Amino acid sequence: MRDFLQRFFGGDLWWSFRSSPMVIVAAITTFVMIFSSAFANIVAPYDIFDLTQFNLMDSLKPPVWMERGEVGFLLGTDDQGRDVLSTILYGSRISLLVGFFSVISAMVLGIIIGLIAGYSGGWVDAVLMRIADVQLSFPAILIALLVNGIISGLLPGEAQADLAIYVLIVAISLSFWVQYARTVRSSTMVERTKEYVQAAQVIGLPQPLILLRHILPNVMGPVLVIATIQLALAIITEATLSFLGVGVPPTSPSLGTLIRIGNDYLFSGEWWITVFPGLALVILVLAVNILGDWLRDALNPKLR
Amino acid sequence: MLTVALIAFAMFQYVGDPVSNLAGQDTTVAERELLKERLGLNDSVLEQFSRFVINAVQGEFGVSYRMRVPVRDLIAERFPATLELSMMSAFLALLVGIPMGVYTALNRDSWLSRSFMTLSLIGISLPTFLIGIFLILFFGVILQWLPTFGRGEVVDLGWWSTGMLTGSGWRSMIMPAITLAVFQMTLIVRLIRAEMLEVLRTDYIKFARARGLSERSISFSHALKNTLVPVITIIGLQIGSLIAFAIITESVFQWPGMGLLFIQAIGEVDIPIMSAYLLLIGFVFVVINLIVDILYYTIDPRLRVEK
Amino acid sequence: MPLLQIRGMRVEFPSRRGSVTAVRDVNFELESGEILGIVGESGAGKSTIANAILGLLEPPGIMSRGEVLLDGECIDGLPIELMRKIRGKRIGMIFQDPLTSLNPLQTIEEQLVETIKIHLQFGESEAQKHAISMLEQVGIPDPDIRIKHYPHQFSGGMRQRVVIALSLCANPEVILADEPTTALDVSIQAQILDLMRRLVRETGVGMIIITHDMGVISEICDRVMVMYRGDVVETGPTRKILGNPDHPYTRSLISAVPRADRRMDRFPLVEYIEAAGTPHKPIDVQDHWLGKARNFGGSKNEFLVSVKDLEMRFTTVRSMFKSRRRYLKAVDRVSFDIRPGEVLGLVGESGSGKSTVARLICGIYKPYAGQVVFDGTDLTSLGSRRQINIYRRQMQMIFQDPFSSLNARMRVADIVAEPIRFHRLASSNKEVLAIVDDLLDHVGLGAAAGKKFPHEFSGGQRQRISIARALATRPRFLICDEPTSALDVSIQAQILNLLKDLQEELQLTMLFISHDLPVIRQVCDRVAVMRDGKLVEEAKTEDLFNKPQNEYTAHLLKLMPRLHSHGAK
Repeated sequence: MRDFLQRFFGGDLWWSFRSSPMVIVAAITTFVMIFSSAFANIVAPYDIFDLTQFNLMDSLKPPVWMERGEVGFLLGTDDQGRDVLSTILYGSRISLLVGFFSVISAMVLGIIIGLIAGYSGGWVDAVLMRIADVQLSFPAILIALLVNGIISGLLPGEAQADLAIYVLIVAISLSFWVQYARTVRSSTMVERTKEYVQAAQVIGLPQPLILLRHILPNVMGPVLVIATIQLALAIITEATLSFLGVGVPPTSPSLGTLIRIGNDYLFSGEWWITVFPGLALVILVLAVNILGDWLRDALNPKLR
Repeated sequence: MLTVALIAFAMFQYVGDPVSNLAGQDTTVAERELLKERLGLNDSVLEQFSRFVINAVQGEFGVSYRMRVPVRDLIAERFPATLELSMMSAFLALLVGIPMGVYTALNRDSWLSRSFMTLSLIGISLPTFLIGIFLILFFGVILQWLPTFGRGEVVDLGWWSTGMLTGSGWRSMIMPAITLAVFQMTLIVRLIRAEMLEVLRTDYIKFARARGLSERSISFSHALKNTLVPVITIIGLQIGSLIAFAIITESVFQWPGMGLLFIQAIGEVDIPIMSAYLLLIGFVFVVINLIVDILYYTIDPRLRVEK
Repeated sequence: MPLLQIRGMRVEFPSRRGSVTAVRDVNFELESGEILGIVGESGAGKSTIANAILGLLEPPGIMSRGEVLLDGECIDGLPIELMRKIRGKRIGMIFQDPLTSLNPLQTIEEQLVETIKIHLQFGESEAQKHAISMLEQVGIPDPDIRIKHYPHQFSGGMRQRVVIALSLCANPEVILADEPTTALDVSIQAQILDLMRRLVRETGVGMIIITHDMGVISEICDRVMVMYRGDVVETGPTRKILGNPDHPYTRSLISAVPRADRRMDRFPLVEYIEAAGTPHKPIDVQDHWLGKARNFGGSKNEFLVSVKDLEMRFTTVRSMFKSRRRYLKAVDRVSFDIRPGEVLGLVGESGSGKSTVARLICGIYKPYAGQVVFDGTDLTSLGSRRQINIYRRQMQMIFQDPFSSLNARMRVADIVAEPIRFHRLASSNKEVLAIVDDLLDHVGLGAAAGKKFPHEFSGGQRQRISIARALATRPRFLICDEPTSALDVSIQAQILNLLKDLQEELQLTMLFISHDLPVIRQVCDRVAVMRDGKLVEEAKTEDLFNKPQNEYTAHLLKLMPRLHSHGAK
């Protein structure tokens, strides 16, 4: 372990991290946002799920520095009198949750399909990649909308609200797996012809073992880079779906839902309900994107 | 294309019960059976599918469950709006994206290309709907320069209704088109930059340098042309996805296009509209793929190998 | 006044871990009509010199000291516009790989005409005429038709001719050729070298050839400059350098080149270049585990490995219908036998199917037809994985590319231990590790190597790891597929020495595949020659080299670069 840490801190990755202030800021921002939303029930001034903690009387108050602003509500309140800062914290928790889980499930699905397609080749590969191609020609958001629409159509009404988050995760991961599958497949096809794989064949290792022990570790690099960039995309997709009204319900709002709620008040002057969750979303996604960008460049020796 | 048709059909078939959608609460069982018979729901799946395909080819997608209007008419009414919007923003995205991409690849370390890259990073992090909202807030609500919804005045040409012939039509177009173009534009910038850097590292570019060719000729006639080969596919796909992203833009700006229709259909589980939309999008993609293939063929001599 | 003069050149590559000096204090001169060879192993800084002359160093590399004089005129540090008038116009350059040096989207004509118009101020039709005459000069048949073609329509050798035409088309005074024949087969290499020599004689340009290949040097160069890790160690006429070198590095470099004219027991000392770690420890087969557990019950058969009518096809055109499918016969009814303890060489140019044969024998590919018989058992008839694994254990393979043949994510000890663990050849993990340490010791790496990852080793050391892995199953039969062709000559000599020692000590039976005839002569007892998937000749090594029966074999032998043709010693 100490050996590993030494290797890490002496290595190029750490060096390129330290030498880029933007990346450090992004990393800290990401960390703070993940941390504060994970512990939203401690960090947030109010619990937005506790009906006793908000009051319709407080509704639509502007941020504290404006006229009519109240010290208790730093960023103002929404139409139900909920503190906007608190809703943002709880909202990003749901956004991040959906983001993480959909990326992970898309990754697992994509890696398995990519490995199988890349290693076996032939008609298995042809069929799997044909499916991927068809799906790829449809934008992720459209697939997610469709999957969401279909599942909601199949589920009875009461279950929809409860299961909304899971439906979202399934919808987003079903629209994202293609990226991983294609990347893993093409790297697998490259790795498969390399001589260390042939050496393993000569030893007599069975195929599943070769795939897991030899090929998988060698194709993980690009997968991790995609995963970071996809995390940002997943958060955006979730927000978009929620904004369009097919995501999570207003009772357990994500950032997208908050923006949707606020959008109705945009023309009457209560801009803060939309703008602050919007900014939070942009900052979160931007930070993750900067990290992903940096990781891609740092892991790709050709660009240096 | 057939795959898309199959999915659309499967949706038609298994999602939701059209009978209970069409019929009111108090219809009798007998009436339901009659309706089923009329809709051909008692035929075999294969028969239903072939009828579905044949109808689709003739532009017949059935009747909307909710609005009780043929889907064909609904689509025909909305299609021009979406097409005008997406073509406009595709044009914008390419016009700005390609030169920016080339510039950032050639002058990797200049401050201008650094700020372009930062901008594109921000652009990629901005969800489309947020761009729309922010634009509305600034130019629509605060400054009140531009209209925030609708297409403005529309001129009906009989088979096509266009907003491009009136001033208010153009003014209404500005914000949605920009909103839709930003994401694609940043993608194009980054893509062109990455591919071009790749090409600039190849041996034939080094050899061209060693022969003393001018930097202009190397960048444009040697490097850019080689960059375009991989870029064209992705740009093709991106232009296709513009139409899908139009869903979001249209719902933010209440733009009366197909996307808005679709999103309302999802909300109401209006299957005929959903599947018709899907088929249409599939068709557009097939057309784009065809165009991409033809472009490939003209650019890359290696594909023109005589057998 | 010399045509090109380099004075005190120093090239550095600054990095965050301090500056790396690639070339240190290099001085040389080049006259018109002269061919100067710059020779050295990888990392010697040869290519860097060529790039520095043209101002084409990859960033962050800079020429920190020294001068480049062309016709007495200083050309380093010129502004880019003036430099461009020198590149191509006065100094031309030829790159290593003809497959990637040409723009794939332009015809040969467009590329030639563009270059000619820039440098010679010709009009369109004049430039075209000149382009066609250039192609004729470099020996491309039907130049007026071929000029309209795209690069992908030319073969590798023809493309290199086009590249040469491109570098010559503005009548430069100096040509820099960076490994111009390395990517080509021997027969094509000979043609290209001929062409280059003729062009120098006809046009009187000065040429610098950068190569790692002593054979190329002895074929074509007038003078040679030997480089070692950024320093020039020796400069002089080719005859002197090859025949009677002064510097010990040059001597060990030359002694490491496999001799084509006779067989030697071992390569003489080559330790100057890379300390091989602990020297190879001899194995006493009687009491060593490598010997002990190898007891497979002794062979009763005359041949250990026999290949009968082996056939392999690759589909080139896929089709639903059998009649429309097209195949490439990579291996076409090949048969040969190997006796126990014998080393059989398999020779051929690229694409002759020799590597495919190796992969068929050890089961990576399945043959289309034919048999592989190992110690009396037909391996192609075995069904279950269990049965096959018994034989897999007894045959192992060493691969060509030391950089891709080891899994970069595994520690060396795990790489070597994998076959032992998989075949359960040791009773405990402790025993496995002891065996691994021992193996690493025997291939000259030392047991400490086990804790490291492959990327911490050089090419030669990686090939030693590969050998250790192959020995780990205690095989009787070892297939070596071009085991040294990716290595520098001095390292090659070390690895070949190691393989020879191991072969003798363990009485291994070997199939040794190579395109390099001198190497074959040094290593093998018998040789089989392959061409286009067919076996054309098979004979005892000395018989084949002295009296080849087949026309193609004779042709290959004639093309073999002869280092000592200058009659030294």
